[in-house]
Formats: sequence, structure tokens, C-alpha cells
Amino acid sequence: MTRLPPPTTRKLGLVIDLDTCVGCHACAIACKEWNEGGAFGPLPDEEAYGAEPMGVWFNRVHSYEVAGFGKSECKSNRKPDDSESPQTASANPDSRIPNPANAMSVHFPRSCLHCETPACVTVCPTGASYKRAEDGIVLVDEDKCIGCQLCAWACPYGAREFSAKRGVMQKCTLCVDRIYNETLDEADRQPACVLACPTRARHFGDLGDAESNVSKLVEERGGYALMPELGYKPVNRYLPPRPRRDAASAKPEPAPEAVDSKQLPPLLRWVDRVLSR
Amino acid sequence: MRPTFSIIFFTVISGAGYGLWFLLGVLLLLFWPEIHHGDGLNLILFTELLTFGLGMGFLLVSSGLVSSLWHLGKPSRAWRAFSQWRSSWLSREGVAAILTYLPAVVLAGGSFYVDWLIPASHPDADLDSWFWMLTPTKFLGSILLVFGSFATVWCTAHIYACIKPVRVWHNRKVVIGYLLLALFTGALFAWVLTSISFGGTRHLKYLLPLIVATAVAGAILKLRYWRFVDEGPSATTGDAIGLGTLGAVGSFEQPHTEENYLTHEMGFRLARKHSRKLRRICLVAGFGVPALLALASLLLPRFGGVAAWLSLFAGMGGIFIERWLFFAEAKHTVMLYYGARNG
Amino acid sequence: MPHASLELNRPTGDEVKTTTCYMCACRCGIRVHLKDGRVRYIDGNPKHPVNRGVICAKGSAGIKQHYSPARLSKPLLRVGERGKGEFREIEWDEALELAAKWLGDIRKRNPDELAFFTGRDQSQALTGWWAQQFGTINYAAHGGFCSVNMAAAGMYTFGGSFWEFGEPDWDLTRYLMLWGVAEDHDSNPIKLGLGKLKARGARIVAINPVRTGYGAIADEWVPINPGTDGLLAGALIHELLRLDRIDFDYLVRYTNAHHLVIRDPGAADDGLIARDADGHALCAARRVVDHSGESRDVGGRVVLVRADATGISPLVVGEFTLDDGRTAIPSFQLLAERYLAEECSPEAVSERCGVSVETIRRLARELAETAFDQSITLDQAWTDAHGRHHEKMIGRPVAMHAMRGISAHSNGFHTCRTLHVLQMLLGAIDTPGSFRYQPPYPKPAPPPNRPGKARKDNGLLDGGPLGYVQCPDDLLVDAEGRPRRLDKAYSWEHPLAAHGLMHSVIRNAWAGDPYRIDTLLMFMANMGWNSSMNTSETRRMLCDRDEATGEYRIPHIIYSDAYLSETVAFADLVLPDTTYLERHDCISMLDRPISDADCAADAIRQPVMPPDRDVRPFQDVLIDLGTRIGLPGLLKEDGSPKYPEGFAQYMVEHERAPGVGMLAGWRGTDGSKAGFGEPNPDQIKRYVEHGCVWEARVPDAARYYKMANQDYLNWARSLGFLGSTDPIVLQLYCETLQRFRLAAQGHGAQQPPERERERVERYFDPLPFWYEDLASRGSLRQEQGRSAYPCADSSESDFPLSAITQRPMFMYHSWGSQNAWLRQITTRNYLYLNPRTASENNVADGDWIWLASPLGRIRVQAKLHVATAPGTLWTWNAIGKRKGAWRLSDDAPENRDGFLLNHLIDELLPAKSDGHRHANADPVTGQAAWFDLRVRIECDPEPQREGHRVELNPTGKAA
Ligand SMILES: Nc1nc2c(c(=O)[nH]1)N[C@H]1C(S)=C(S)[C@@H](COP(=O)(O)OP(=O)(O)OC[C@H]3O[C@@H](n4cnc5c(=O)[nH]c(N)nc54)[C@H](O)[C@@H]3O)O[C@H]1N2
Ligand SMILES: Nc1nc2c(c(=O)[nH]1)N[C@H]1C(S)=C(S)[C@@H](COP(=O)(O)OP(=O)(O)OC[C@H]3O[C@@H](n4cnc5c(=O)[nH]c(N)nc54)[C@H](O)[C@@H]3O)O[C@H]1N2
Ligand code: SF4
Ligand code: SF4
Ligand code: SF4
Ligand code: SF4
Ligand code: SF4
Ligand SMILES: [Mo]
Repeated sequence: MTRLPPPTTRKLGLVIDLDTCVGCHACAIACKEWNEGGAFGPLPDEEAYGAEPMGVWFNRVHSYEVAGFGKSECKSNRKPDDSESPQTASANPDSRIPNPANAMSVHFPRSCLHCETPACVTVCPTGASYKRAEDGIVLVDEDKCIGCQLCAWACPYGAREFSAKRGVMQKCTLCVDRIYNETLDEADRQPACVLACPTRARHFGDLGDAESNVSKLVEERGGYALMPELGYKPVNRYLPPRPRRDAASAKPEPAPEAVDSKQLPPLLRWVDRVLSR
Repeated sequence: MRPTFSIIFFTVISGAGYGLWFLLGVLLLLFWPEIHHGDGLNLILFTELLTFGLGMGFLLVSSGLVSSLWHLGKPSRAWRAFSQWRSSWLSREGVAAILTYLPAVVLAGGSFYVDWLIPASHPDADLDSWFWMLTPTKFLGSILLVFGSFATVWCTAHIYACIKPVRVWHNRKVVIGYLLLALFTGALFAWVLTSISFGGTRHLKYLLPLIVATAVAGAILKLRYWRFVDEGPSATTGDAIGLGTLGAVGSFEQPHTEENYLTHEMGFRLARKHSRKLRRICLVAGFGVPALLALASLLLPRFGGVAAWLSLFAGMGGIFIERWLFFAEAKHTVMLYYGARNG
Repeated sequence: MPHASLELNRPTGDEVKTTTCYMCACRCGIRVHLKDGRVRYIDGNPKHPVNRGVICAKGSAGIKQHYSPARLSKPLLRVGERGKGEFREIEWDEALELAAKWLGDIRKRNPDELAFFTGRDQSQALTGWWAQQFGTINYAAHGGFCSVNMAAAGMYTFGGSFWEFGEPDWDLTRYLMLWGVAEDHDSNPIKLGLGKLKARGARIVAINPVRTGYGAIADEWVPINPGTDGLLAGALIHELLRLDRIDFDYLVRYTNAHHLVIRDPGAADDGLIARDADGHALCAARRVVDHSGESRDVGGRVVLVRADATGISPLVVGEFTLDDGRTAIPSFQLLAERYLAEECSPEAVSERCGVSVETIRRLARELAETAFDQSITLDQAWTDAHGRHHEKMIGRPVAMHAMRGISAHSNGFHTCRTLHVLQMLLGAIDTPGSFRYQPPYPKPAPPPNRPGKARKDNGLLDGGPLGYVQCPDDLLVDAEGRPRRLDKAYSWEHPLAAHGLMHSVIRNAWAGDPYRIDTLLMFMANMGWNSSMNTSETRRMLCDRDEATGEYRIPHIIYSDAYLSETVAFADLVLPDTTYLERHDCISMLDRPISDADCAADAIRQPVMPPDRDVRPFQDVLIDLGTRIGLPGLLKEDGSPKYPEGFAQYMVEHERAPGVGMLAGWRGTDGSKAGFGEPNPDQIKRYVEHGCVWEARVPDAARYYKMANQDYLNWARSLGFLGSTDPIVLQLYCETLQRFRLAAQGHGAQQPPERERERVERYFDPLPFWYEDLASRGSLRQEQGRSAYPCADSSESDFPLSAITQRPMFMYHSWGSQNAWLRQITTRNYLYLNPRTASENNVADGDWIWLASPLGRIRVQAKLHVATAPGTLWTWNAIGKRKGAWRLSDDAPENRDGFLLNHLIDELLPAKSDGHRHANADPVTGQAAWFDLRVRIECDPEPQREGHRVELNPTGKAA
């Protein structure tokens, strides 16, 4: 039934810390590996060893660069106005030392956000795409799916993938086949990507419960939802990178120190230094 | 968005079919009272047009629906698509499409019966009594046909209009466009039919102005739509990842260096110069030619037949291009994550 | 209606086995879930000390490696020309007979004619031992082309190393400086650690020409010009000295800062440490009365006392007169004089480094503030090596970590030493919050084991082929001072080459310089591709024939690989190995251990499933081979095989020294002993029961100051890590280097040949210093500081730009591309460059361009990247592949568009006046200088046309 359930009280989802993510792709592969053989697999690959390898992934990791300015200009024309290239944001503009230090790299894992009001569910003509009333997880029932791919169009976040090989739509399941799985140890009842993440940048929990760790994290670190203006109400949250520093933004040097190497040979300072051994 | 033939064919052809049915339904409602006693002529001429029309519509609608199945990953399960009419426009479209067959079939059957069978079996039958019997059927049937055709195209249009992530689709122009172009292409088919169905030309005085009107309206609408496409507010990658405030965000590395489902399906890019060329062709062939020929044949009815065929080919060709552009020029929000400018 | 098929409780598999991952050298613990006899899922072992349950992309993709279509399946004998990859499948017996014949003959003739070189081999405890049994000095693993600069600088300076032998204090450090680290071997531990730092909000500073990966999450990125870190670190030292922000007490307690250095120019002992009659180092000090260890200045006269005496107040500056009347100076003074010099000031180095003066000053200030104003005090009592009790542990929460960004340059050894000196001045080695040793380190600096030189009558080498030379007499040179090793390690060209020079082997063997060999035996090193410099030429050398005889210049090549790598095609005999899930392996304390700072650990691999191909574990094969040719250690007295069951048996029964074996855990007949103890037949069983890993936790009182902590030294000795409990003195001043410099100055029996004198004298400086890397000396650029970044205006050089590589976190060198999942992430690589560099070279985003070096040029696709320092170009390492390898289709992007920089890296330095060419390596250690590469950009007439190409200059060809 692709009409949405009444707003769920439990909102299971992921919180991803962009301040900590190093872009190692561990979550993406762990996801692929778990689901390949899991209840929602396989995730077919085409031309696995050929010229155009392409496969189904529930989780993909992007890398972005952030520079106030410069890149686009350079892209479009071959001789950019130098004043626009990032290096001129130098600590000491008059110096010839380039300082791109204000440029940032941000790694950004992207999977289903288990939205509260997702059109990917309501557009589905067959009822294959649905949102669980008990925990808000958005799933696809492969036995009902006709592979019309409308839900993939309806998802602004690119969380749904289709492979001609299987003819049905697939997506992140929030590892529903792990988190309730009684054949796993208590500690292992977590999404595969969360357990894999080597920097522990991924957190799983109930964002409907203000007391949960994930909710607290979101509270403390100003976690945000992606493109809220679209009205899908994503459950997943991203924690923004903490402000980075560079020569410009760092705190200025205090008044020059007393000791001045130009005057008296500094070695003399240590002649009578009392040390203990 | 990647233009897929099956979908383009489906929307254009079935659109024309429903447009045709819609027109016939209207004609039926308009002309029914006009038929006066003893003079079967109008009626017979008219039913011939009706039969051809409904039949042709049937072909168009059906081939369209069939081609739409090619697009499915699991066509054998297509029947499931009728279940979610409460929420899904695709489902509603399916339901509407099927329901619209009923009046179409009944009417076609009825008119065929009256048109050929009765005269054949009872040369001296009192047609009046027959009409008296058929009236409610025809009346109801044509109303349902008009409504059903309209509803089906309305749903088709909303399948696209409800896709928020495709900004240019998510607006009223799309719905109006689908309805208008369905009517327009339907009329083009009707024109050809009138020219081949004995005495059908009688209706041209209504049809041709309609063609001119819908052509002009369609052209204007498309022009406005394309302006909307070109000048739309441009979202950035920064907005998509929610870090735009940090500065200009560019894609350094995509998740995979080669193409994936998303970039293949939604990353279709069309060079500006191509799109401009195609738009011009679409305007001239799709709207200009039929409009002019329609005007011309209002003045010189003798060339009507040729003009009708020319308009049909030019018009349909143009609309196919229009529909191809409708997909090719539509940008999907997800591509922002892949560094695309304006989603 | 509900989701009928939804299964919430589907079991992962029908069986779980633990073992150790081998998708990289980090060696995490994994759980392998089996289903219907196939591997269904691999996840991290939560109980494992290395990865604590996390697992990286490579590890999770292990399934695809295990089932890779590129796996070899049977021994292969070459039938076609070398390099053509035409083979005949043969049976193991035939293969082993043939190998045994070749090797047997060599051993009778001259064992050195076997060159046995292994890649990122994790069984050096076996392979090194085997080479010693065979009697060849020509053995080494990958260290020489990897990071020996880091290892040697560390081992000779403080008996540890950034590289695998130490780690930042992840729980306590407040300020982490990452010097040239992209990924490192400790892949998961570092990521776990960075996660901890982030959770605590500790500050991370990344010093790197490129900002990706770890740098991306650093609070500050300091873009630096490649090869100039020594300058930057030197300027930081300059600032600390200038501001008098030095931990002197740490220096005099744990380093040789106060040791007196003889100043007697021309004398045979000039620059050596002044010692008393029994060879104890001396220092100048004021006598103090109280012996608590806390000294009081009694203004008394200065006396010379044993530098290791306690209760004294040593002096770190001043000129003092030795009993023999000569003068001596504390080593600290020599250091201070060097680094206080104007040429080490921020102003002097700023432009060359590409780091602003303000930034350098600020970094120095922050280091000092964190180390001293935010010092940590742990309420943990401990006893120092002199038996003095301390109530607390004082910590300097500044940690440094460095890797190949430092070491893969020809000035890497001294740069790395500079970093260690910086750490010492801050009192930040093995204190709470700073860099920490991982047991079995620290070892004495340098460790006592010297490389074997001579053969006993049973053919056995008198020591392991690799070790640490302490003086010229330890070198492996002949009477004329010429290299004895094929790779010229431990020769005057690279005296401290503690890991050998694998990157020189093929060339030297081909050129017969210093001599020809008979057989090249290689194990898991893709020398036919990504681990060779000047790859195209190297591939040619491998199949080059001798004009005279028509024989191959390298007569026999035996290679063991598990997969169809680029190198397989060059072998005469291919010995197919199993995958890591099909064999026993031993991650031994005698090799490169997996310990962390708080626990010593070793581990094993167990076969989780039998091979489905006719392949054998290389270790089994090596033992079999050795038995066939009758190597001493592999036969019983009666001449029968000692380890008929192969490596698993060897792991348990072999004893290196009485009671010391491959595995430290569960020793003793009943498994009750650790470190020492008789072999335990159930040892492997016990390991398997414990997740295939053994741990011994460092006692609380022993966790810090390990180099001089009695509790630690005793504990380490009890486990056999150390021979004595004497404190380990950190070498601020490296006397060993001075010994070689003295030889170059004409002292002692063993002196360098004339050609090498100047070079040895220059580079064997007992104090660290910076020099322009050797490759770029070939290019015209000499003057420092002229350029905003390397050779800003091309007038300064034909090759103005630096080109480097980085490790992708999700690929392991060349093996990732055979992996259906990993290869989808990066199917081909690009050349990244800063938009400014791009526009200056008229390059637009996505253009195909030519990169040219003196060797030739390669066609690559450029992409703009703002987080790359201008003047630096970089790409991901080893993504480009050779058509025909790895079972990829010929039109695979790896072959078509991907590329290696290696084609442009010369394996030799420019010729000297006498025409001699040294290896493109660090003059002290022989570390391959991958990152010294200088290039220029040449535009292509059709920048939009796809396709990678290699074009070598005639001059690039090895003559
Ligand atoms: N995923 C993965 N992990 C691996 C490997 C792998 O192939 N894949 N390989 C393993 C092996 S064998 C090794 S040796 C280690 C290597 O571990 P790393 O040393 O971390 O690996 P590299 O990519 O060589 O790192 C070099 C870094 O130094 C930077 N750099 C280059 N030149 C300079 C310089 O002059 N100054 C400074 N400050 N930085 C510089 C480069 O930009 C890069 O970030 O990784 C090991 N771990
Ligand atoms: N340009 C450039 N070149 C570099 C570097 C760089 O940073 N830049 N880094 C250098 C460094 S640090 C290193 S360590 C080298 C690494 O270079 P290599 O040691 O050549 O590393 P790999 O490509 O991993 O090759 C290892 C070989 O072992 C094989 N193998 C894998 N598993 C097994 C197994 O279980 N058994 C057997 N028998 N074989 C196996 C693989 O198939 C592969 O052929 O590259 C060096 N080359
Ligand atoms: S595993 Fe963790 S660190 Fe690695 S990419 Fe995913 S989220 Fe980022
Ligand atoms: S992210 Fe996409 S797929 Fe997931 S719930 Fe939201 S809209 Fe649906
Ligand atoms: S593809 Fe499947 S899940 Fe998606 S909308 Fe169509 S039927 Fe529903
Ligand atoms: S929650 Fe499970 S399915 Fe979703 S991304 Fe993580 S691993 Fe993949
Ligand atoms: S870091 Fe990854 S590949 Fe390396 S051993 Fe650990 S899990 Fe395996
Ligand atoms: Mo390495």
C-alpha cells in the first residue's frame, strides 16, 4: 500500500558525521557485500571486468572540493583572471606564496534517507514501494515491483537503483534484515555500513526519540537534513564539518617575544640553566 | 532525463488516440440532436466517421499502452499497477485507460451496428425506433468517452508533473501541455479521417478552426515552457549537500569513475545548440505547418485531403520531437550530487 | 497487504571462522561467514586489537578477491618468449624439481647467484631465515622501495619508527601533526584514532601538498612543496629554540643532548662522543648533593661525569676540557648552533616550502603551547630505569605521524630525523599524549643485529641478510670497497640500507653491475609494473638477451603470485599461491608485528576453506624447496625432512633461539607461557580459539617512557623483546653517522672508494640537515627561495612541476583492479592539478595532456583540484593496468585511460662527472625516491581525444 502510514513515532535512520568522514568507501562496500547475499540481494554488476562496469549500490560516497572561488572560472576559460584563482586568498596577499589552504575537501556518503513523506512511495503504482508504520523504514517489496522506475525519478536523493538484470527496483533497507535479526549478536544488530565505518562517522538510531544518542548528536552538532525545501522530510541527518582553519582565520600572533635572537647570542641563555637527571 | 523511445511513443501516440476519442465524443454530443427524421444520410455519414474514428483511436491508444509495457522491468506483473489508484498517478492512469475502453468499444459497436448491419439486415427498418433505443447509450457513452479520455491524459500528465525532483516537470504547464497536444494531435487524425470518410468534410468547419487554435495555443505554451526551462532558478551542488554556505562546492570525485544507473538514467545532457535547432523544427513542423494548412484548406476546401495528410505527418513529427525534448531537457535534482549545475 | 517475502531473521551463513585479513598489510581480524561452502560475508572481528570490529573497503571486498577470475590455478612453465605470457601448465612435482635443480646448483656454486626478493611479504620471519639458510646475501623485502627512510631514521634515532612501530596517543593527544600521510599501513587503527580525536575535538594539522582523505578532516591544511618538509621542521625547531620553548629535563634524561662531543678537527675521533675508560659517554655537570633525582644547583664547579649518572645537573651548552686536554661540546649546543642560524629561520625557508612565515611561526607557537602550557599529568606511579620512583607521568600532548610524503624523497632520512629531533625538543616521544612506541619497540638505537656477511662451512650465512650496520666494518663491500650485494645495500653508495634496495635489483642484475646472477626468485611483488621505476624499460630488461650468448641476461626468473599480475608474464616458472583465505600464515613478533602501544600482539591466518585449484601456499612451497635442496635448518640430523607438514608445522615447532619461535602466544607444552617457552603442539588450536590473535597487555606502570621505564624494560625482557633492561638513549646526535663521515675523511681501515668519499662525507652528518632532493639537482634549479613553488617560472628548469602519487583508501596497489567491486570506484585515474597551475600551463579541466620527464612522456587526462598545492601534480597510485593482466577485458578503462607515473621515474640519478650513476634513492638508506619526480606539461593538439600513451625518449632507454 503506497499511501503513507500515519506519522511514525519511531524514526530509525542514520546520522553521518561529515567532520569525521575520510571518504574511505568502507561503508559503500560493506553495504554492497551485506546486501549482495542478504534478504534483498543480489545487487547485480554488469561488465564486472569489462569496459563499462556498472552495478547496483545502495550507498555511494562522493568527494567534493570547497573553494570560495576560482575553479569554475578556470574550468570555463583557459586563462582565468588571476585575482579569481583561489591561491590569492593568501595570508599575505602581496607575497608570491600561493595559499590554497582555504580550500576544503568534503566526503559525502549518500544512501536512502528514509524520508517521512517520500514521493518514492506515493508514486508507486503497485504498492511495492512502502514505508513501514512501525519504524519508518522505506522498503521495496520485490515481488510486487514491476520495474517502472517511477520511484527512482521521484527520489531527489538518488537512493534508488534499478538493474535490467533483475528488473526490479532496489534501495537501502537500513539493514532491516540485520537490525532485528535474532540470529545475530545483540551488538551486531546494526547496519553493516555503521559497523564497518573505520572512523565511526556513521551512527544508527531512533531519531524520533529525543533521548537517543543520535538525536543528542544532532542536537549538539547542528545535524541537518538534505534539501528540506523539497518537503520529503528526510529522517537521516548529516553533521556539518567543523570550521576549518587556515593562516587567515587563525588567531593572530601575540606581541613579539622578549627574547630576540639578533641581540646577545641565545646560547648564553642556557649556560646556567639548571637541569635535573 | 534520458529520452526512452517506449515512453515517448506511448505518451505521443496514446495522447493522440485519446485526443481523437475526446473529439468524437464531443462531436457525438453536439450532433446527435441534429439528426432529423427520415433522413438517415447525416447519420450514416456520421457513423462512418465515428466508426473509423473510434477504431483509429483504439489502435493509437492500444499501441501506446503496449509500448509503455516495454519500459517495465517486469511486464508480466503489469496488472499490479491498477492497485494503487488512491495515491499513484501511474496507477490512476492505468485504471482510467482501461475504463475508457468501455464507452469506446460500446460506441464503436453501436455505430457499426447501426451503420452497416441494420441497413443490411432490414433494408426498410424504421430507424427512428432504433435511435430511440440507442439514445441513452450513445449519450452516456459519449459523455464517458469524453470524460475518460480527458482523465487518462490528465493522469499521464500528472505522472510527470508530480516528479518534484524534475523542476521543469513539476508545474501546471506540463498538464495543460499534455491535454492540449493530445487534443491537437487527435484533431490532426480526425482531419485525415473526415477527408477519407464519405461526407465527413461536413465537420471541417468546426475541426479546422480547432486545429488552428490548438496549434497556436500549443506553440505559445511550448515557448513559455522552454523559457521556463532556460531561465529556471539554478540550484547548486552546495545546496544539494547542504554546505553551500562554506563556499563554491564542486565535485572532486564521483562515487564511481564510470557511468552508473543514476547518471545513465538522469544524467542525460543535451547540447544547447542541438536543443535550439530541435525546438525550431518542433515549432515549424509541429505547429506551424498544420496551422497554415488548416487555414489554407478553410479557404480552398479542394486541397483538404492532401493538406490533412501533410499536417498529420508534420504535426506528429513535431510532437515526437517536442516529447523527446521534454525528457532530454529535463534535469533531475540528483545530478547536483554529481556536480551538475542547475537541477 | 504485507511484504510477504520479508525475512528479518535470515542467518548470515551456516558457519563463521575467524582469521586475519590480507587485503592489505594492516592485518585486521576478520570473521568469515560461510554459506553452502562459499564465502557469504566478511566482517571485522570486534574482539581484535587491530581493528576492533571495523573493516575497510578492501577488507569487505575480500570476497571478490577470493573468487577473482584472475586467480592462478596451476604451476606454469614458460614456453614462449619471456613477457609474452605463453605457458604450459605443469604438475607441482615437475615445478619443484626444476626449481630445486636451479637453486641446488647455485647453492653449490655460489649462493649469492640467487637473488630472493619479496614484496609486501608478511612472512619475512620465514623468507629471511630461508635466505640465511640458503646462504645468499641477496635477499630483501619491499622495505627499500617502501619506507626504509622512516624505519632507519627512527631505529637509528630512537629505536622505534613512525612506520608500523609506533602511533600517536589517540586517547590523550591534543594536537596531531600528520606529515605526508595518505593512508599508511595502519589503515584501520589510524582511522579509528582519527575518529577518537574528532570525538574529543582535538586538533589535527595536515602537512601535505594535497588535501584529501585524512587531510580533508584536518582542522588545518598546510600545503607544502614536495621535498621541503625538512626545511619546515627545521624552521619550527628554530622558533622553539628562539623562544626557548624546550623540554630540557626530557632532553637530559632520555636523549644524548648533554653528551659531550669531541671537537678535534682532523682527529680520528673528532665528532664522536667523549667516553671514559670503560666506554661510558661523558657529560659536563654540576655536582649535586641530593640524590632523590630532583637535583639542586649548588653553584659548585663543573665536572665531567658519566652521562647516564643520576642526581646530576648536566650542562647543555659550554666548552669543556676533557682529561686529555681536548675540548668537547654538548651535542645540544651543536644542534642549537645549527638551527638558530639565520638560514633555518621561517623567513629563509618560507618561499621554498610554500608556507608563509606567519603560518610557520604560529605552528611553532601552537606546538609549544600544547606541549608545555597544556601538559598532561597522569596519576600513574612508575619507576625509571635507574630505579627512581615517580608519582606521576607528565605528558606533552603533541603527537606527530609521518609516512611516505617524508620518506619517499632522497632527503627523507634526514627530514625524518629532523622530525624526531623536533619531537625530542618538545619532550614528545612516548609520554602521555605524544607519539608512543608499539612493543616490541623501543629497541636500542640502533638495534644490535648486524647483517650477515660470511658463510659458514654448511653454507649458512652468519647472520640474517638484513640488519643494522653500526660502523664501516659492518658494510658488505669487497676489498676495493665495491658493493657485495646485488642491490648495493650496505655498500658505500647506501650504507644504512637496512631493508635493501629492491628497486635496483632488476636493473643491476640486467646490467651485471656489480655482477650477474643466475636466478631471480620473487614473491608477491609486481616488479613488472607498479613497483618498478622506469617501468617500460624494466619490462624490457626482464626479457633482454645477451648479445654474445643469446641467453637471457637474467637467466632464470621464478615468481610466486596468487593472481595474474603484470609480472607473471616475465617468469620462467610460476608458483601459484593460494588466496589469503586458503592457507596458514604467521604474523610474527619476529617480523612486522601488529602490536599497538598498549599491547604486544601477534596473529595467524587459518585456512577457512580448501583451495579449489591446484595451488599451494608459498610458505609450504619454500619449505618443500629448501628440504629438497637440503638446507640445514629444514632437515633433521638423520637428513629426513623436519617439517613434512609444511608451514603450519614450522610455525609451531621451529625455534629461532631456545624457547623463541614464530608465535609468542600459548608457548610451553601446556600453553601456559608467553614469549619464551617450549613449542606447544596445540598452539594453533589456541590461536584459533582466540580469534587467531594473541595479546599481552602492557602493565599500567609501563605504558609510557618505555625507553627508560623499569617496569616496561623488565616486561619487554620477560617476553624476549629486549636483551637487557638498560635504558634506551634517544640519539639527538647520531654518532653512528659520524663514524661513516670519519671514514670518508680518511680515518679507519674501512674507507669509501674515492668516488664515494665526498658523497658519504656530505650525507653522513650526525645532526639532521636539509638538502634539495637529488633528482632535482639534475634539473637546473639550485638557488633556494627564488620560486613561489617548485620552479615557478620554467626558465628555472625544464621540469618545473612536482609529480607524486597517493594511495586510494579502497585499493591496494595493483591488486584492487581485479576486484569487481573495488574497481567500480576507480576504474581509471586522472592527473589532478591546481586550477592556477592548469591555467599557467594552458590546461582546461578534462583535457588530455602530456607529462614529460627526462625519460619520456605519458599522455594522461587532467582534472582541476583546488585542494592541491600549485606546482604539484598527483594521481592515485597503481590504478593504470597493462593489457592482458588481471583478466580485465582489453578495452578496460584501466588499460585504455588509466596510467602509472612510474614510466617517468628514472631508476638512476643523473650521471656524475665520472659517468657513474647512483640509484634514484636516498644516499644514506637507499630508499627509493618516488616523490622526487619532476615533470613538465606539454599540450596535446587534440585535448579531447581519449587514450593514455607512453612515449620514451631514446635517452630514457637504458643503454
Ligand atoms: N588503501 C591502501 N592502503 C595502503 C596501501 C595501498 O596501496 N592502499 N599501501 C601500503 C603501503 S605499501 C605503504 S608504503 C603505505 C604508504 O602510506 P602513505 O605514506 O600514507 O601512502 P602514500 O599515498 O604514499 O602517502 C604519501 C602522502 O604524502 C604526500 N606527499 C608527497 N610528497 C610529500 C612531501 O614532500 N611532503 C609532504 N608533507 N607530503 C608529501 C602525498 O600527497 C600523500 O598524501 O600505505 C599502505 N597502506
Ligand atoms: N609511483 C609510485 N610507485 C610506487 C609507490 C608509490 O607511492 N608511487 N609505492 C611503492 C611502495 S611503498 C610499494 S610497497 C610498492 C608496492 O608494489 P608491489 O609490492 O608490487 O605491490 P602490489 O601491486 O601489491 O604487488 C603485489 C603482488 O602480490 C600479488 N599478491 C597478492 N596477494 C598475494 C598472495 O596472497 N600471495 C602471493 N604470492 N602473491 C600475492 C599481487 O597479485 C601482486 O602481483 O609500490 C611502490 N611503487
Ligand atoms: S566508512 Fe565512514 S569514513 Fe569511510 S566513507 Fe563511509 S562514512 Fe566515511
Ligand atoms: S531518500 Fe529517496 S528513496 Fe529514500 S525515502 Fe527519501 S525519497 Fe524515498
Ligand atoms: S519501480 Fe517498482 S517500486 Fe518503483 S515505483 Fe515502480 S513498481 Fe513501485
Ligand atoms: S543501512 Fe544497510 S542498506 Fe543502508 S546503506 Fe547502510 S548498509 Fe547499506
Ligand atoms: S585495513 Fe582493510 S584491508 Fe587492510 S587488513 Fe584491515 S580490513 Fe583488511
Ligand atoms: Mo610500501
